[in-house]
Amino acid sequence: MTASLKPMPAAPLSDMPATAQTTPRFSATFDPHTISEIQRAAATGIYDIRGGGAKRKLPHFDDLLFLGASISRYPLEGYREKCGTDIVLGARFARKPIHLKIPITIAGMSFGALSGPAKEALGRGATIVGTSTTTGDGGMTPEERGHSQTLVYQYLPSRYGMNPDDLRKADAIEIVIGQGAKPGGGGMLLGQKISPRVARMRNLPEGIDQRSACRHPDWTGPDDLEIKIEELREITDWEKPIYVKVGASRPYYDTALAVKSGADVVVLDGMQGGTAATQEVFIENVGLPILAAIRPAVQALQDLGMHRKVQLIVSGGIRTGADVAKALALGADAVAIGTAALIALGDNDPRLEAEYAKLGTTAGAYDDWHEGRDPAGITTQDPELAARLDPVKAGRRLANYLSVLALETQTIARACGKSHVHNLEPEDLVALTVEAAAMARVPLAGTNWIPGSAGF
Amino acid sequence: MPVVDLATVPLRSLNADLHKLPQNTNETHWTIRNPGGKHALAVGLDAPVTVEIEGHVGYYCGGMNKEATIVVAGNAGVGVGENMMSGEIRIKGDASQAAGATGRGGLLVIEGDASARCGISMKGIDIVVKGSIGPMSAFMAQEGNLVVLGDAGEALGDSIYEARLFVRGTVRSLGADCVEKPMEAADRTALAGVIARAGLSDDVSPDEFKLYGSARTLYHFHVDNASAY
Repeated sequence: MTASLKPMPAAPLSDMPATAQTTPRFSATFDPHTISEIQRAAATGIYDIRGGGAKRKLPHFDDLLFLGASISRYPLEGYREKCGTDIVLGARFARKPIHLKIPITIAGMSFGALSGPAKEALGRGATIVGTSTTTGDGGMTPEERGHSQTLVYQYLPSRYGMNPDDLRKADAIEIVIGQGAKPGGGGMLLGQKISPRVARMRNLPEGIDQRSACRHPDWTGPDDLEIKIEELREITDWEKPIYVKVGASRPYYDTALAVKSGADVVVLDGMQGGTAATQEVFIENVGLPILAAIRPAVQALQDLGMHRKVQLIVSGGIRTGADVAKALALGADAVAIGTAALIALGDNDPRLEAEYAKLGTTAGAYDDWHEGRDPAGITTQDPELAARLDPVKAGRRLANYLSVLALETQTIARACGKSHVHNLEPEDLVALTVEAAAMARVPLAGTNWIPGSAGF
Repeated sequence: MPVVDLATVPLRSLNADLHKLPQNTNETHWTIRNPGGKHALAVGLDAPVTVEIEGHVGYYCGGMNKEATIVVAGNAGVGVGENMMSGEIRIKGDASQAAGATGRGGLLVIEGDASARCGISMKGIDIVVKGSIGPMSAFMAQEGNLVVLGDAGEALGDSIYEARLFVRGTVRSLGADCVEKPMEAADRTALAGVIARAGLSDDVSPDEFKLYGSARTLYHFHVDNASAY
């Protein structure tokens, strides 16, 4: 017994078996990506800029489940009984509201951020399935107007390319206050993408790093916004629906103030929503995930008696028909997709892996959209790269994808016994996590507990 | 020669009538009575007509104007002539904030003073102010000429691009990346042209002005500019 308590004599290092050493341990705080960011900052002295939306793990639609039909409610036949997907936007004040066949729209993305063929492909794909596309921070191109049956014209702080002729050609006007990737931030387009045509459209010198304004130049606050909306309605003879787009940050008050200011439609973009170029620190640390923003916005509409009268379009991380159905069940009237639409066109295609490797990245992680060297020819102004994208085939892929989203949404709606996707409701949902239950204001699965609601 | 009294005719009706005018209309001179500070007056015009407004106007008078001449015998609210494309807007009195904001063409003349952010984000418009302009004027100004016969407030031309700012009086302070520049022959010609179009050739000489424009040091992201971002 006593002998076994004696310390073992120290073995020479050379005799130590490999298993005596622990595996290298990375810090959860200073993880490899964080370390690489510190090293990058130290080397360059400037913040990291990238495209895309928040990449961190966030409470999302994945944390919700539908209950489906049961003894107390019965489902609709999958292929026989009608389940509507159409939507009317802008009937509050506009003389010419928009009618879409599916409640899935294409979010604002600029010519400049995207190539001409990519914008054309978005228009073609959306038009095939009967939905709308949206311009961006750079004006309306004739190609885009020509290929998009229903086009929403963004009215941004920068007002690049803004003119009354395009305003009159638009089917709707979207006043952009902010976007989910950067609520409180202006647009950004680096010099590599300020081609002669982009520069001309924006009245900027070629090749400069463009920093767009983050505030509108001629109005401040909701009282001014109301007058601005009146001006846009007067210019366009009250024909066009007017949307107000906000990044998700204070969704209850932003929605209420947009309604008060006279909006026909509120567009609410969560932090997973993409951008062409923004500081990484902004994308990952400012704003709310869309899951946390929908119920407060819907609550504002309900409190004002305007739910379903002022339509709510939500965006930021919509990938599948399940996401669409969950957004609608929480009270949205429609969703918008941006990142997913680019992927459908051909962004981050594994077949381009060798070229992504040359850029120091890999298919699925490529987000240096601001550099304009996109191997897929989508987020570029390089004519040779842009020519790689066939707008007809890419448009077809987008149309296929949008059709799948609509079919999947219908599949879930029918399972829940709904004859229109808008009949989905929060009562059809439960949450898998306490966080999601609190944010979506639906019960934790298997309980009747909604964190934050009365009684707890 | 229509005369419209806004004390009895709704604004919507007036703007709709103005929008219906064809390019070759015979109704080329409109008189608007009792504007009463209404917002969005004579916005979105697209024909070579003259609209004389006998009184004060609210926000965004003449917004997005094309080709029309609009004369306001009074003061103008926020954003007069915002995003105008062409034509001329003349304010006999003073103008509030953001006069000529984002304007892309045409001529805006303010015979009195203009408030803050005059010519903000201007994109090709020519603006002439006979009086003085407020702070933060010509913020992020991209193209065009701002001519000020009086003084300019703080932070003139902050983050300016390629617009030219001509000031006859004093400048309280210059914004980031805005500097005084030597006036070249082309600048002087442009200034003389704008002064002539504004009908002020007998009142001032281009030689009385100083030129301010972009130092172009913020055109690219660079570690040395970190304090300016």
